[in-house]
Amino acid sequence: MSLTEDTPTPKRPSGFWSYANPVKFLGLSERILPAFWGLAAVSLIVGLIWGFFFTPDDFRQGSTVKIIYLHVPSALMAINAWFMMLVASLIWIVRRHHVSALAAKAAAPVGVVMTLIALFTGAVWGQPMWGTWWAWDPRLTSFLILFLFYLGYIALWEAIEDPDTAADLTSVLCLVGSVFAVLSRYAVNFWNQGLHQGASLSLDKEENVADVFYIPLLVCIAGFVFLFLALVLYRTGTEIRLRRARALQAREART
Amino acid sequence: MMPDLGKYADAVLSAYGVSILLIMLLVIITLRKGRAARAALEAVETRSKKNG
Repeated sequence: MSLTEDTPTPKRPSGFWSYANPVKFLGLSERILPAFWGLAAVSLIVGLIWGFFFTPDDFRQGSTVKIIYLHVPSALMAINAWFMMLVASLIWIVRRHHVSALAAKAAAPVGVVMTLIALFTGAVWGQPMWGTWWAWDPRLTSFLILFLFYLGYIALWEAIEDPDTAADLTSVLCLVGSVFAVLSRYAVNFWNQGLHQGASLSLDKEENVADVFYIPLLVCIAGFVFLFLALVLYRTGTEIRLRRARALQAREART
Repeated sequence: MMPDLGKYADAVLSAYGVSILLIMLLVIITLRKGRAARAALEAVETRSKKNG
């Protein structure tokens, strides 16, 4: 029996895990990115124009209801971006795939901008409706803490020189911050004393906003989801290239 | 064409203005950083090929 028959050849990862290979990941993202950019642009332009120009005022909230097309999708993405980072961080902790750690790093600035948009639009919507820009309401407060966690997460990546150590520590921070991501979503269900209303969207059709606002809102949400996907894929590619460039520079310096 | 936003015009327009500005800034910064990373990697790869 020959040696090659005795020695098992290492199995190449297949399916989803094969995209842990940076070259394969870059190949896939190059192929699908144009579609994601296009879908994001079309759905955001259609949804925002539809919502701003062609929906009526609400009988109680007047024209401020138009802020819903920015506030709800950005808040949704702010929370879900953190959950995407959590999944990517767990993959890094368990399987040590660099692409997943870099994807989490790439998503954080997108998440911070989404959180900022949600906080700002919430404040300018809250002022005429509640009579205040800000209240220490459970949902608002947990959202502010989520924003601070995003800033801390980005700062931690920047502060640590060794990328693997940075990935380890930011993954732990991401696990801790997930508590506030969950609270941001469900705080209104836990505590009833807050100013913030319940969910605007629900699987229970009775609880949803009226259809005239609902359909353009869904288009805007689709736009924000595609924008998030396009930005995260593109930024992950950037992080992979920067990592490769640093590795080559380090090799050059050694020789 | 412009809808009558009434007394809430400032709130609605500032929400749209700031949000669109933030999204555009995020996209522009992302694309610029991406281009710079591609150029940096290309330069290092070319250099290491030359040096063998």
